[in-house]
Amino acid sequence: MGGLAAEKHIQYILTVEKRKDDFVSVVMEHLRMSGAYWGLTTLDLLEKLDTVDVDEVVSWVMNCQHESGGFGGNIGHDPHILYTLSAVQVLALFDKLNVLDIDKVTNYVAGLQNGDGSFSGDIWGEVDTRFSYIAICCLSILRCLNKINVEKAVSYIISCKNLDGGFGCTPGGESHAGQIFCCVAALSLTGSLHHIDKDLLGWWLCERQVKSGGLNGRPEKLPDVCYSWWVLSSLIMIDRVHWINKEKLVKYILDCQDLENGGISDRPDDAVDVYHTYFGVAGLSLLEYPGLKAIDPAYALPVNVVNRIFFGR
Amino acid sequence: MHGQPRKAPKPEDEAASAAKAEKLRNLQSQFLCFHRNNIYSKEALEVNAKLLEINPEHYTAWNYRKLAVEHRLTQSESDPDSVNSILNEELKVVESALRQNFKSYGAWHHRKWVLSKGQSSLDHELRLLDRFQKADSRNFHAWNYRRFVASLLNISEVDELQYTTDMINKNFSNYSAWHNRSVLLSNLLKRKAQVFFPKEKVLNEEYELVHQALFTDPDDQSGWFYHLWLLEQTVKADAPLLVSSWPAHDSNLILLGDSCLEDSALSPFNTFHSELGTIPLVVYFNKAVEGVNSSTISVESVLNMKGELTWKPLSTNNSQTAQVWVTYLNYPDIKLHSSEFYPVEVSVGHSQGIISSNGFHYSHPSRFAFKVFVRPFEKDLAGHGVEMVSWREDNFLLYESHSQESNPILSLDQLNIKDDHEESSSKWRAETIANEIALFRELLSEINCKIGKLTLARLLIAHDMMMSPIANKVVHSEEVIELYSDLMMLDSPHSQYYKDERSLVLLQQITSNMESLLRYCFRHGDRTSSFLGNSICLRLNNLSLSRVGSVEKLLWVQMLDLSHNELRSIEGLEAMQLLSCLNLSNNKLSSFTALGPLRLLKSLKVLDIACNEIGSHSIDTTRYLCSSPLSHTEEIGWSHDEMVTGDVNLANYWEAFLIFKDLNLTQLDIVGNAIADEKFKSFLVKIVPTLKWLDGQQLQLH
Repeated sequence: MGGLAAEKHIQYILTVEKRKDDFVSVVMEHLRMSGAYWGLTTLDLLEKLDTVDVDEVVSWVMNCQHESGGFGGNIGHDPHILYTLSAVQVLALFDKLNVLDIDKVTNYVAGLQNGDGSFSGDIWGEVDTRFSYIAICCLSILRCLNKINVEKAVSYIISCKNLDGGFGCTPGGESHAGQIFCCVAALSLTGSLHHIDKDLLGWWLCERQVKSGGLNGRPEKLPDVCYSWWVLSSLIMIDRVHWINKEKLVKYILDCQDLENGGISDRPDDAVDVYHTYFGVAGLSLLEYPGLKAIDPAYALPVNVVNRIFFGR
Repeated sequence: MHGQPRKAPKPEDEAASAAKAEKLRNLQSQFLCFHRNNIYSKEALEVNAKLLEINPEHYTAWNYRKLAVEHRLTQSESDPDSVNSILNEELKVVESALRQNFKSYGAWHHRKWVLSKGQSSLDHELRLLDRFQKADSRNFHAWNYRRFVASLLNISEVDELQYTTDMINKNFSNYSAWHNRSVLLSNLLKRKAQVFFPKEKVLNEEYELVHQALFTDPDDQSGWFYHLWLLEQTVKADAPLLVSSWPAHDSNLILLGDSCLEDSALSPFNTFHSELGTIPLVVYFNKAVEGVNSSTISVESVLNMKGELTWKPLSTNNSQTAQVWVTYLNYPDIKLHSSEFYPVEVSVGHSQGIISSNGFHYSHPSRFAFKVFVRPFEKDLAGHGVEMVSWREDNFLLYESHSQESNPILSLDQLNIKDDHEESSSKWRAETIANEIALFRELLSEINCKIGKLTLARLLIAHDMMMSPIANKVVHSEEVIELYSDLMMLDSPHSQYYKDERSLVLLQQITSNMESLLRYCFRHGDRTSSFLGNSICLRLNNLSLSRVGSVEKLLWVQMLDLSHNELRSIEGLEAMQLLSCLNLSNNKLSSFTALGPLRLLKSLKVLDIACNEIGSHSIDTTRYLCSSPLSHTEEIGWSHDEMVTGDVNLANYWEAFLIFKDLNLTQLDIVGNAIADEKFKSFLVKIVPTLKWLDGQQLQLH
């Protein structure tokens, strides 16, 4: 087993960024903002963010902003909370948060909070704990968390807590590692981790590790590299990551690499994409794989970027 | 890409793919143009529908459809036929999108949006759901949608429960069905709905159901978590209870002044130094609570105490919720010269207000009482400097106890009022646990499986917990420890989980009675200097402990040696309010934030964290468990301190700053951590002005 083919992955990301005409790129046009976040954060973790033209990226990001203050997934697409966070995260990577009209963006996000504390994704009203995390993370990065009702936001998240210790997308929804990440991170950012039974949730999470060493997202499902982020960061935030075998997980992620063309896939020998490349590299960072910058498990940004926001240079 | 094999594209595939891409690109750009210009014509809608059929993830396309519907509805002027046909068209578009991707958030939400208008027939929906269940019984979008439809149709929880029974009987390997069952059942139990009260009969039936799943295929996880939930429902009390306190009930506390004389008649378990004339009063609950204040806990004492007592939650993240709370009893200076017993009575929960995180009130008011004996103040030994504390083996002598030794770890269970309902339900609890133990022993005799061993271990622990007020020791500890050792081999990827559990059981065993506890109690001192008062050092070193536990039994500890273990965390230690000397050297502490609990130990003077892993890790696993600006639980006021630390970039050491700035340590050992270079040590000296000894060196006074 070799190591991390960092150079190959860097080339893969730079290539994907330019590619716009093949079917996969067209079908993902609407989430290019998130694609930018995944690709650029991966480059930063591999210490290669400087291979990208900052001004070009910033200009494109700002062109995706709608008059409401929210950002769309691409130019001309409707605003949504998902892409608003991705936009803010991308600007944070480049230390360009100052190009934002902070009030405009934060008012858009805060305006999506509902009476019960939950958050809608956009004006059309879909409610999901993913959006609670996104709002809290976005406002935290912009140092405006007090624009929302934090207490109600937290109590809505708690109402989505299940009897197995995990969290679902809405009250009564089945525990799923992606939702668990969102809820645990949101509770972390609001100093509310005392609401979680860390031993109960920790056991549910550590049992995501299957024989191959990979992690699945819920019981009796197949492992997938993206859970190396959702499950792993959740375990780290509640200080139970030692309950899985880290070496086996590292091996699983490395086995999911395409060593010829670069990129990482969900499972060994599947087609690669930027999403899984990011989660594989971010997962390796959380596992303290050598040569990678450390990533913060709650903000999902490099630790130095988070420290820069909170503690200055 | 999920489920798509990695392969080099063949020329003919590339051509087909390029054609597909061209077609979709045209649809998408046409659509955006219509959207931008607010055009909702038939042609525009067809383009949109074709787009969504290929790419249901295009969220703006769903938004557009909603705008189009609203536009068309205002035009049709509530002509019911045309409203119906408009909405039915939407439902068809959703169905065709779901065929492409039955996990599309946009598609499912659009369907909900249409149905929420209340003008469509719901008959079709359950049939649609049945089709999706057959295709994939774990599709959580379908289960969520089912919940939505059931509520619109007013389907009862009992009927939905039956649905989960049907699903489970078809195939027990359906975690989603077990999950939904747990939600419905817990609602029915909480409401004490007919047939579901009393809960004992219901739980018995549920045990039978889940046993089928577990015993048929022990490696299938679907029933594991449901069984654990049943166990919790069986054993755990909903309402918060007081578990222990310091001073303990019925204890006679000897309050010593600044110095003391060795007196063999005094039990070291009950003596306490107070430099300032304050005594901490600690209450320890079985779960986190809020609402502890001078109204909900009243303290009566003959002594004249200054003002109302302020209770503080011992929370490491600055929240108002904690399992352990502390207040301070102030005794005025003049009293220190007298020599009397002062009784103190503490009443907990006689007025409402103490409430657990999940909303249960403290419902069993209780009282505990102790006496404080104030020792005459001896001749002042001013000029007696602070001595360095050494943890060397020859500084310790096994404590020889007197026969009349009072038990410092008396459990408060006896104080809790028991009612009739409690009696019969505790009988059922004991029977149920005994029955489960027998079943799992039988399973293990046939199949050597992980869930069998783990569940048996949990059952034996539960059994011991239930018996503990009556019995004087925990009976099954040895067997449980052996089960965990087996599990560490059988399921080695999770070995650290079993190790943590084993540490907890070991500590339960050690603290279960005086006889076992005394084996770890030592006197500390050396020939040349005076004893550190009369206190005992609890030495729990070299026990392979990876985790701290049983702290409710250790509130009396003033000196603690946890060196040479495998501790990554000291969660729980914040309850030991009397702790003044702590040895954590040679463990696996990997960050300063892991020392968060120490910030709540106001008496801590001597700390040894040598030979840990602070500074060797890029990832901090306790970053969010400790209060800090990152979690909006604490601000760091740099400004006036920046002058103090001069050239050091505070941002590099913010964690250390947070932990040490509020501690009044006199002695610190930090050598053997990657962080501890000269630069860091000089930073430490500046932010801990009370420090007299650092890594064994006496510091020069400024």
